[in-house]
Amino acid sequence: MHARPADPIGPAPGAAPASANTPASAPANPPARAPANAPANPPASGVVGAPTAPAIEVRDFSFWYGDARALRGITMAIAERQVTALIGPSGCGKSTLLRSINRMNDLIPHQRHEGDILLRGRSIFDPQLDVVRLRRRVGMVFQKPNPFPKSIYANVAFGPRINGYRGDLDALVERSLRQAALWDEVKDRLDASALTLSGGQQQRLCIARALAVEPEVLLMDEPASALDPIATQKIEDLIYELKRDYTVVIVTHNMQQAARVSDSTAFLYMGELVEYGPTSELFTHPREERTEAYITGRFG
Amino acid sequence: MSADAARATRRRILSATMLALTGVAAVATIIPLLLILSHLLRMGIGALDLAFFTHLPAPPGEVGGGVANAIVGSAIMVGLAALIGLPTAIGAGLFLAERDGSRLATAVRFVADVMNGIPSIVVGIFVWAWIVVAMQRFSALAGGVALAIMLLPMVARTTEEMVRLVPRELGEGGIALGLTRWRTTLGIVLPAARSGILTGVLVSLARIAGETAPLLFTALGNNFWQLRVDRPTAALPLQIFQYAISPYEDWHRQAWAGALVLIAIVLAVSIAARLLIRSPFQER
Repeated sequence: MHARPADPIGPAPGAAPASANTPASAPANPPARAPANAPANPPASGVVGAPTAPAIEVRDFSFWYGDARALRGITMAIAERQVTALIGPSGCGKSTLLRSINRMNDLIPHQRHEGDILLRGRSIFDPQLDVVRLRRRVGMVFQKPNPFPKSIYANVAFGPRINGYRGDLDALVERSLRQAALWDEVKDRLDASALTLSGGQQQRLCIARALAVEPEVLLMDEPASALDPIATQKIEDLIYELKRDYTVVIVTHNMQQAARVSDSTAFLYMGELVEYGPTSELFTHPREERTEAYITGRFG
Repeated sequence: MSADAARATRRRILSATMLALTGVAAVATIIPLLLILSHLLRMGIGALDLAFFTHLPAPPGEVGGGVANAIVGSAIMVGLAALIGLPTAIGAGLFLAERDGSRLATAVRFVADVMNGIPSIVVGIFVWAWIVVAMQRFSALAGGVALAIMLLPMVARTTEEMVRLVPRELGEGGIALGLTRWRTTLGIVLPAARSGILTGVLVSLARIAGETAPLLFTALGNNFWQLRVDRPTAALPLQIFQYAISPYEDWHRQAWAGALVLIAIVLAVSIAARLLIRSPFQER
């Protein structure tokens, strides 16, 4: 709310969000944005955001809970159809950043932000943009599996039904469950309560539920932290599969997990983006001392 | 060593004593109910027959008759109270839970708690002054309004508590799917709290079904059939009251029977509510 006037921040040309910013992606802004502290396109092997325009651009984004500042001027570009991991110690702001991308933080009283986040070139804070539609384009999976106390089928069909989906709902449910690698385990008991599933199955059901509304981006907030190692591995395999069709942003406490599933990794510390680069480089040759200290387990 | 042993023994004795005392207190708590039930059974069962449930009250001095009109009247007034009170109360409870911390929610919660403490006779007088006087007659409608006022704070507060028990992540799951706030609340949060809310509703309905004071100056009572809601109407608690203060032996007998029926209804509803509480949700 507060930051409304700050919308046309940054370089004037690309901004003008309220007007005709054609959804045809790839406006001229990405190259100009390469920020000082986050070399999104390093001269080196540069997997990050290389070929296409970024799906999401975070521009000098700051966030406050009341008087407490949770994010400090984050700037980063998140590549399309890649897995981007956000890591850092508790309270570093990684979840806040993730929940800003689909504006879940709107629900929190006394919050405000400055700066901007662009989804395919368009500000998600644009007053013309319907936040409910934004959340249909940017799906989310939570730390704790949160299936609705309904049947398995009803969970997956919930979003499409609300959105007035006019197609073969059965087929959509099956496709979503297959994408979430759960179909074979539940196809004979779609009418059973979702609460009869194991924790790992519930989490895959939540992923299927998010996929059923056909989002472009999938946000995952520590999706495996409440699961055992086997269920975790299934989720990780799934994330690897999902990036063929979706842009995935994942918050994780588990550095091995970030190393295993992500293409690029951002390390946040005390609300700042310390380092952002290809996962392979960040974990083997961190440029920042704080990054190295964290990934070698010296704090956090 | 032996000092330690002595201390341990003392501790055990103290522990056993406290346990026994609290156990006695626990049993003492339920003794009144057992006494009431056994007494009512002894005094009331004799007057219970089919006529009691199907006939109108007999004229003074005559033996027999029943309280069918009072049972129906009670049902009408509890139904009216539910119709008037429940939507408001449940809506208020949702608001209190969802808008926690807002000034309005804090104020409403405080006022609801105060309302819970208002003596029921005061509610009766208030409704008499505002509705009975305005309509120029006692009526089931006035009785229903009085009962609805009793119902409001109880159901609003239990609804709030039950909605609070629903994990926040569940609502967030709905929001993240692109549901609007009201759809999330009505489509996900409310159903998840359903069994708890239903329990609260049943317990509150049972409670108001036994209220006498709010009906004294509103429904007044009636010895004949009356299905119009704008006319004085009988109610079971009123009938019991009227019979109990009468000089007739047979009416005393029927007062006991009426009390037995009333408590049986309340007990049955309470037990039904207890069974309902086992939702799939609270088991986890």
